[in-house]
Amino acid sequence: MNRREFLKVAGLSLAGLTGWQTFNLLSGGAFAKSLPGVQNSVQKQWGMVVNMEACSRKAGCNDCIDACHRIHNVPDLNSPKDEVKWIWTASYDKVFAEQDHAFSNKGLKNRQIIVLCNHCENPPCVKVCPTKATWKREDGIVMMDYHRCIGCRYCMAACPYGARSFNWKNPRPFIKEINQDFPTRTTGVVEKCNFCEERLAKNLLPACVEACEEKALTFGDLNAADSELRRILNTKFSIQRKPHLGTQPKVYYTV
Amino acid sequence: MYNAGKVITGIIIFLIIVLSPFWYNGLTGKTAYVPLLKVPDTAKQCVESTQYMKENHMELLNSWKETAVRQGKKTYTAKDGKTYGINLTGTCIKCHANKEEFCDKCHNYAGVKSYCWDCHNYPKTGAWEQKTAGSRK
Repeated sequence: MNRREFLKVAGLSLAGLTGWQTFNLLSGGAFAKSLPGVQNSVQKQWGMVVNMEACSRKAGCNDCIDACHRIHNVPDLNSPKDEVKWIWTASYDKVFAEQDHAFSNKGLKNRQIIVLCNHCENPPCVKVCPTKATWKREDGIVMMDYHRCIGCRYCMAACPYGARSFNWKNPRPFIKEINQDFPTRTTGVVEKCNFCEERLAKNLLPACVEACEEKALTFGDLNAADSELRRILNTKFSIQRKPHLGTQPKVYYTV
Repeated sequence: MYNAGKVITGIIIFLIIVLSPFWYNGLTGKTAYVPLLKVPDTAKQCVESTQYMKENHMELLNSWKETAVRQGKKTYTAKDGKTYGINLTGTCIKCHANKEEFCDKCHNYAGVKSYCWDCHNYPKTGAWEQKTAGSRK
């Protein structure tokens, strides 16, 4: 075999090897389906809608925050510097800074809005995590694996919503009563809302949704066209936090 | 060999000093020590056989962590077909309630430090909050 013949055969065999996969990929065969990013269309996508009007009815109400922080052993460190939070409130002009203007409704401007992890469709925290301690589950929940977190806080820098907190201290002495059914965290890990993943596994609604007496929070599957969540989003005007960033938050707000 | 007597005596003295922990433990009968674990009487068998648990509990717990946290599957099917909830506090500690008499006995003996309890809960048997404070370095 001379060089010319060898190159011909080598080229043909290479084309043969890759050709099958190319065919498979373009024809939507098994190979294409095994690729990550090809989503199963029946998969649930959890989302939440906050009715800001209903949420403001009871002044100073913290039922959802208390329920969440009690169940998840979130410590009360009593200092804004060390603060650990999963769900909290901030004023309208902070939460929707891009919506606020000099003449916006005064009542709305000072209103405390409930905020939590947005479980983004395109989460920047996941992109920056060097250990994959945070990742997006198939049902859209942005999860944390505290075992794997090395406390680098890249995710905190990446999150545009301030939804992540770092444990500067051992949180245990600052938890009033430890819920034995849920682990605490330890010094040096980042934590955040998990959309009550542990309750969803037991077919329970998230603790904040259940605790709200005004029914201001609605939780459900964004992929189910007949869900209450979709009905509200379909009939009312809803906004998201910082939509221009392209993170596609799955927590929606109705005015 | 020059100074054979001194060299050999020196070697013997050196060996006695270097191996002194072994002599000491042998003479005081500590070599026969085996940690005896308090096994709960609430169940006849753990999720797998005792031998398997002795040898592989760390791999089992690690795979439980992977399955529950990363894959979101909260049940474990044992080799005998029984299913258990994947939950360190809810399943393991439900039987092995006394951590000091179970986990710690062996782990202290073997000098293996685990940081499970920095986060996971177990029933209070002492001032455990203080004990675990900042133990993960």
